[in-house]
Amino acid sequence: MEHGSLKDQRASTFSLTDEDHTLANSVRFTLNQDPRVTFCGYSIPHPSDARVNIRVQTTGDPASEVLKDSLQDLMGMCQHVRSIFDKAVIEFRMSRLALLAVVGSYVQQSVYPETGPLEN
Amino acid sequence: MHRVSALDMPDVPMGQLPPHLELQRTRVLCASDAPTHTENIQYSGAYASMGVDNSLQLDQFCKNCRVEVIRLTEDDMEFDMIGIDPSLANAFRRILIAEVPTMAIEKVLIANNMSVVQDEVLAHRLGLIPIKVDPRLFEYMSENDTPNEKNTIVFKLHVQCKRGAPRLTVKSDELKWLPNGSELLLATENPASNSSSRPKTYTSFSCSQDSLPEFSNNLIGPKHPDIIIAKLGPGQEIELEAHAVKGMGKTHAKWSPVSTAWYRMLPEIVLLEEVEDEMAEELVKKCPVNVFDIEDVAKGKKRAAVARPRACTLCRECIRGEDWDKRVALRRVKDHFIFTIESTGGLPPEVLFTEAVKILEDKCERVITELS
Repeated sequence: MEHGSLKDQRASTFSLTDEDHTLANSVRFTLNQDPRVTFCGYSIPHPSDARVNIRVQTTGDPASEVLKDSLQDLMGMCQHVRSIFDKAVIEFRMSRLALLAVVGSYVQQSVYPETGPLEN
Repeated sequence: MHRVSALDMPDVPMGQLPPHLELQRTRVLCASDAPTHTENIQYSGAYASMGVDNSLQLDQFCKNCRVEVIRLTEDDMEFDMIGIDPSLANAFRRILIAEVPTMAIEKVLIANNMSVVQDEVLAHRLGLIPIKVDPRLFEYMSENDTPNEKNTIVFKLHVQCKRGAPRLTVKSDELKWLPNGSELLLATENPASNSSSRPKTYTSFSCSQDSLPEFSNNLIGPKHPDIIIAKLGPGQEIELEAHAVKGMGKTHAKWSPVSTAWYRMLPEIVLLEEVEDEMAEELVKKCPVNVFDIEDVAKGKKRAAVARPRACTLCRECIRGEDWDKRVALRRVKDHFIFTIESTGGLPPEVLFTEAVKILEDKCERVITELS
């Protein structure tokens, strides 16, 4: 829900239902980093209602466009975090498997000194 | 002498922050009374007068952001996220605790409870037992839905302590999964006309849950078999049926998938001056987690060095006492987060984190569609 003036599209307040600090703080961070934004902030009118008011004031672009761009940026950041996290988990598991293989071959060498790594 | 703008003077670095400002921007200084420079300088034009662009570019973020996994077991994991902002890290932590869904027992149909534990206390305890099942295979159940095999898991508990036997402890492994649904019959209005082959029960399962491919190999049950539910004396009996549904930690903590999830910023300890001989020994002894080590330099002199800054708990013992805060500087790196996630069992921790990130993306998506 957008509360703004029809004449001045640059500044408006967006009231989101069913949201709390989780989304609002992250969006405020991405909005702040956008060079087109002169002022941004969020407030929670009452802690018992799940409602957040996000205020955006820009240098010239319509505020809803800037907010949409920031949300797209936030989605892009999340997707990137997810992909590097998955890669890091796979890398960690590979490195542990490799370590276990090396340790296993050392153990086999010490217990059965005549055999090689693949003979059983 | 022609006029030169102050900004063009040779010792004002343009395009790069001077070292003291860079320190303020990227480190929290932990003094003995309170930490300073804790706020994050997010405004895109914050350093515009120095010609430094503080704005976010997605490709810059993608280049700087890194994840390293330190420890990963079946139930908990510890990993580092570098280059991310505290608001995002906090958003992930909040979603992990409150908005990733799980299955937990919600409705308990009690046929007989002769134990000293009251009905509602017993039901509360049953709700808190973690269930080892993937909640993504189930759907949410609202008030008007009928319980069926896609949104409910049914457990049965029937324990009796015989007369003359010693006291019995009812543990969570007594909860048996009923893949065919509820066995308790609904009271029907006209028993005379009820000639159908299957009597109506509290759930309407159209097919047995263990015929579904996901459950054919893994039985559904509580994650830990040794959780004490109640204690029975001789002659006492408990007979009940428990229905588990999908929910979020926001509604009730029993649906939280993590026992907890937390993050801390990486501590950084810098020795501002050389700490030698007895001062070095004293410093090494002061630290309760052995962050410092002695290294021997030439001519038999000993010097203190920082060996394990990651283990530092910021107890500030090393800067207590006279003049120690001039020798040791305690700092935290503002964009390096050490995350720890401890799962209660439904989903492994790396899957939990991925789900949390997906949920944040879905929230953004929802707001974007609302705006357009």
